[in-house]
Amino acid sequence: MLQIKNLHASIDGKEILKGINLEIKPGEVHAIMGPNGSGKSTLASVIAGHDAFEQTQGEILFEGEDIQELAPEERAHRGVFLSFQYPVEIPGVSVTNFIKTAINELRKSKGQEDMPANEMLALIKQKAELLEIDRKFLSRSLNEGFSGGEKKRNEIFQMAMLNPKLAILDETDSGLDIDALRVVANGVNRLRSQENAVIVITHYQRLLDYIIPDFVHVLHDGKIVKSGEKELAHQLEEKGYDWVK
Amino acid sequence: MELKERLLASYLAFEDRTEMDDHVRNIRSQAIKNFESNGFPSKKDEEWKYTSLNPLLKVPYTVFSKKENSVEFKDVKKYFLHEIDSYKLVFIDGVYSSFLSETTHQGMDICLLSSALSKPKYKMVMDRFYNQATDKNESLTSLNTAFATEGAYINIPKGKVVNKPIQIIHFSTGQESALMLFPRNLIVVGENAHVQIIERHQSLYENPVLTNAVTEIFANKRAIVDYYKIQNDLPSASLIDHTYISQKQDSNCAVHTFSFGGKMTRNNLNFYQEGEHVQSTLKGITLVGDKQHVDHHTLVAHNQPNCESFQEYKGIYADQSTGVFNGKVIVKKEAQKTNAYQQNNNLLTGDKATINTKPQLEIFADDVKCSHGCTIGQLDKKALFYLRARGIPEKEAKALLMYAFANDVLSAVKIQEIKTRITKIIANKIGVKLGFDI
Repeated sequence: MLQIKNLHASIDGKEILKGINLEIKPGEVHAIMGPNGSGKSTLASVIAGHDAFEQTQGEILFEGEDIQELAPEERAHRGVFLSFQYPVEIPGVSVTNFIKTAINELRKSKGQEDMPANEMLALIKQKAELLEIDRKFLSRSLNEGFSGGEKKRNEIFQMAMLNPKLAILDETDSGLDIDALRVVANGVNRLRSQENAVIVITHYQRLLDYIIPDFVHVLHDGKIVKSGEKELAHQLEEKGYDWVK
Repeated sequence: MELKERLLASYLAFEDRTEMDDHVRNIRSQAIKNFESNGFPSKKDEEWKYTSLNPLLKVPYTVFSKKENSVEFKDVKKYFLHEIDSYKLVFIDGVYSSFLSETTHQGMDICLLSSALSKPKYKMVMDRFYNQATDKNESLTSLNTAFATEGAYINIPKGKVVNKPIQIIHFSTGQESALMLFPRNLIVVGENAHVQIIERHQSLYENPVLTNAVTEIFANKRAIVDYYKIQNDLPSASLIDHTYISQKQDSNCAVHTFSFGGKMTRNNLNFYQEGEHVQSTLKGITLVGDKQHVDHHTLVAHNQPNCESFQEYKGIYADQSTGVFNGKVIVKKEAQKTNAYQQNNNLLTGDKATINTKPQLEIFADDVKCSHGCTIGQLDKKALFYLRARGIPEKEAKALLMYAFANDVLSAVKIQEIKTRITKIIANKIGVKLGFDI
């Protein structure tokens, strides 16, 4: 599904990613761990197409297609989803209107008509229940005044609505208390299938107790310095990142 | 001959052929004298520092349309809020169109200024209110006062709640190669009365038009006035709009100004609080592009204690468009416990767009709460990426952010059809279809 080959990326001329190689197959969950500043969030942003980063070398293939020249929305239409570490507040646009717009743009890109209103409502209701989201919450302005937990839950709600092929969860566990963490992880697990894949980016092993990864990669200074199976996360938790440097 | 000289010459002819009573004649001759000595304001005047009238003064405007022109309703229907029932006062090239209008004298007067100025039964009201709220030193207001003969006259008696909105629409047909218009509206709202008014100036053909309009509104005790100005004219049209609002105790007046088009638009919006516990609301959305220019000059005179004013103006300037916001708040010594709020936020979406924004607070009382703020920025790049990462294309994402930006003002509109209309105008301006209604 996703092949990253010798990926180098920089921002304002400063190189952050220094040769990343990664292959993700459908049905897999990969965890990317690493200390602050190792390039985890940059990797997420570059895959999603953030134009502040320049891809200087290497390639990103999504379902065999080089996506370097694709705009963020085109990547989204192909099935890439990024759950933001810091979701942006957009006053004046409700959660419902936002997700309706996103769904219908996705359909438009596939040459489909807008989703009928009753179908949309039913889908919203179903996914909101999955994430234990209150109905009143959906009419609030997007992320405005949301708690950290509400923001992250809302990200996973959007993921559930959009049903992406590849979901990248960037520090989805940060700012979550244990109950919210359970709800969010449960939501992600319910959405897993043999057709889609998940990249979990996290600093701590905590989230990986709930979303069990098939592979764990350790990022340090823009490179993957160690890869292994889920036990690697526990070893990191015990020994710290200095151990793999 | 320069425009000023031509106007002064026209006035002599106008005075000769117009019958009027002494009171009105006196007001007009005072006004033309003031215009004669002050002329058109230039950029040397502090109030006109960022707005130049010079390009307009070179246009050979005609003051009076030579013939009566008519338009078909089907051709102008789109400029009306035709989805809802309303009273209508429609003027074509400055002349009343009975065909397009719907007036009333039943329990209230929703009719013409020309008849109010000429019929004896209105004389008492005219003596008391006509030209009483205006700034007598303001040269362009004086110019209007000197020439104005027609416009809306609305008098809502005590306790009357007008059951449907009133639309005031001034059309110009472009029959004259260049036309100058002087619409004049007088609105008197009695104690506990309630009225909603929508005002629009619209040219139908791309010949230059300069409209120099004056509206006076008197809100008596506990009156509620909800006023909407829709400015979405052709690029050949310019508008100088003066609105003077005098508010008595416990009255509540709100003016919403939507400036979406026209070559040059200048809004002078003046509120005078003449009683305690008055509420004044001034809101605006400006969305322009090309080389359009929009200037909002507001004044709130807090003359009495325990009053509030609330100003919120949002501007989006594309291409090489330019904007001005100058918000003056005067709090007199006796106006203790004043609560005055002012906010002006601007987005510059064009590299060559400009906005000059200036809060101007003159506070002479010591126990007041006055706040103001202004921002100038671009669309938030993080927000843009967030929306695009969800599959919303760049253009639609920008439109969505502009909506979000303007929404605080739009959500305060009390007539749903206006909200829908404004939403459509904004969508057209930005060139997108949004998947939902606001």
